[in-house]
Amino acid sequence: MSKQPNYTDRPWMDPDAEPFIKVQSVSKQFGTFTAVDSVDLDIYKGELFSLLGGSGCGKTTLLRMLAGFETPTSGNIFIDGVNMNDVPPYERPVNMMFQSYALFPHMSVEKNVAYGLQRDGIAASEVKKRVEEMLAMVELSQFAKRKPHQLSGGQRQRVALARALVKQPKVLLLDEPLGALDKRLREQTQFELMNLQEQLGITFVVVTHDQEEAMTLSTRIAVMDVGKFMQIGTPTEIYEFPETRLVANFIGNANMFEGRVTENGPDHVVINSKNPTCEFYIDHGISIQEGQKTWVAVRPEKIKISKEPHSAENANQMKGIVHDIGYLGKVSTYRVMVQDTLVEVTSPNQSRPKDSNLIIDWDDEVYLSWDASSSVVLSK
Amino acid sequence: MSTATESGLQHRLAAVLQKNWKSLIVFVPFFWLLIFFLAPFFIVFKISLSEAIIASPPFMPMIEWADEGVMRIKLVFDNFTYLWEDDLYFNTYLSSLKISSISTVLCLLIGYPMAYAIVRAQSTTKNVLLMLIILPFWTSFLLRVYAWMGLLADQGTINNLLIGMGFIDEPIRLLYTDFAVYVGIVYTYLPFMILPLYANMEKLDWTLLEAAADLGARPFTTFLTVTIPMTLPGIIAGSLLVFIPATGEYVIPDLLGGGNVLMIGRLLYNEFNANVDWPVASAVAIALLLVLVLPMMLYQHVQGKETEAS
Repeated sequence: MSKQPNYTDRPWMDPDAEPFIKVQSVSKQFGTFTAVDSVDLDIYKGELFSLLGGSGCGKTTLLRMLAGFETPTSGNIFIDGVNMNDVPPYERPVNMMFQSYALFPHMSVEKNVAYGLQRDGIAASEVKKRVEEMLAMVELSQFAKRKPHQLSGGQRQRVALARALVKQPKVLLLDEPLGALDKRLREQTQFELMNLQEQLGITFVVVTHDQEEAMTLSTRIAVMDVGKFMQIGTPTEIYEFPETRLVANFIGNANMFEGRVTENGPDHVVINSKNPTCEFYIDHGISIQEGQKTWVAVRPEKIKISKEPHSAENANQMKGIVHDIGYLGKVSTYRVMVQDTLVEVTSPNQSRPKDSNLIIDWDDEVYLSWDASSSVVLSK
Repeated sequence: MSTATESGLQHRLAAVLQKNWKSLIVFVPFFWLLIFFLAPFFIVFKISLSEAIIASPPFMPMIEWADEGVMRIKLVFDNFTYLWEDDLYFNTYLSSLKISSISTVLCLLIGYPMAYAIVRAQSTTKNVLLMLIILPFWTSFLLRVYAWMGLLADQGTINNLLIGMGFIDEPIRLLYTDFAVYVGIVYTYLPFMILPLYANMEKLDWTLLEAAADLGARPFTTFLTVTIPMTLPGIIAGSLLVFIPATGEYVIPDLLGGGNVLMIGRLLYNEFNANVDWPVASAVAIALLLVLVLPMMLYQHVQGKETEAS
């Protein structure tokens, strides 16, 4: 009996699944400036999908096109099988949580939340019931009569969320949902958002510039730059196997080395870099030509640092001088000068070495090494 | 020795000025208002409680000194009861309020879309449009009203044009009608409606309109439920800036309305100059002030609420 693959948590892997939101070669131009450049994207039902990128990368424009505030210059957007190009925002099955929350300042909390339901001509008693339920869910029942300016930032964020969710949209669009909150509140709210999304089963599309936020929240992330997608994948895929230098740098930190392919086997690749001179043995095959120039990335936390060499082999090993140490509590970061290049290493402070000779100090000579599976080849 | 005290005094004065320059800045305009507004107001109020006589000045003094140094104060409230008893005054107030109310509404209907369009225009166009709104102030108000007389007269530009184009055979009566007064008031006071509306709309958070659309509100519903409430302070400010001066307007009804349009300003002028009844004229002025104080208090109230909210 063969095992049936289970796609419920990973609908994008299912070849038969129909995407819920389909973005088809969509471009958006403002005058001569191209904000979104012919992008294709499939988002599936129940996903928490993040559009991640720096400011001006086109992520917000794409979100606004999903909401209907901007019309694509070319291309099509389908939501639940319906072409949205000629559908105005007030007729779309989506709701948006604005970055500034955009709460109506002249209305109380409950009137803000009721606004969308009243537009649909729902009976007053039903509106009242659903508003009460929604305010209870975001724990704001006792603030129902307050005006937005009488609330704290976190409370306002929850009103905005309640107002967007009360209409039970098919898709919830969130523009930097946690951007205006302080760090502690942001972490707490992240998990609340995830729980809520799981509970309601609504498809979330989140725009964010915060890679940590995207990593924690998302089922999948699309990394955007200059109006194009650099890479689309799960947080793990994007972190472990970044395709480009830009993605490797944008999501976490990475040490990157330019080198030439010297050996190309079916299950491994060897790349030699000149500066610093190092041999990278990578234990997974990739489609690359021998002799081709390429880049290799190694994450700082994948590098082991010690005063003794780890193995007799030359591959995946470097020798350098400690240039800088940053003690961060649970981890320490070392910047090691290897020939002319600074290599960053993050090492957990699991236990204090008993032998003082093993303690790494400034200007010590150290060996850096990593597993064959820890480095990745970047395409550009 | 004297120089020493002098310089000491100067130092102290400088210190006082430095400390209190803020209150000094406030004091100057307040002092101005006290001398040129509050004091005349009490003089007018005093005259309104007097009796007209043929003399100079043409009213009885309020305080009389009887024999043996006894002071007699005589207050006459007849002028105010007279205003109430004679239909003319009541009708004139009513007519004034009607004309200024309708003019205010017309200004709002014309000014609101204009202010909205200016706010939404690109910044370079915006400055040009604002300049055009302020442009009429560069010529004298009186001159502009006379220009309207030339336009509206029986042999004026508009009638000549219509006759020339064959739409009408005889000139239509435009000048010296209610219509002419409305045209004059709306034309004159439109900038006073547009500018506060513009200032208010400039601060409007346009994402609120997007939020309303996102929640399912059609453009007209969004306008009623979000745009209007958010611009209400501007609407009230603009309306009062039109309504208050329009109610007491004298030049426009006099020049464009002739004798046919009843307005307080003209009545006041007649009482004062033609009838030489200063006490009644003063009573008319005081009553007008009372009529106008009410909307002003409303404005203050709304403004207070707005600052409280922000």
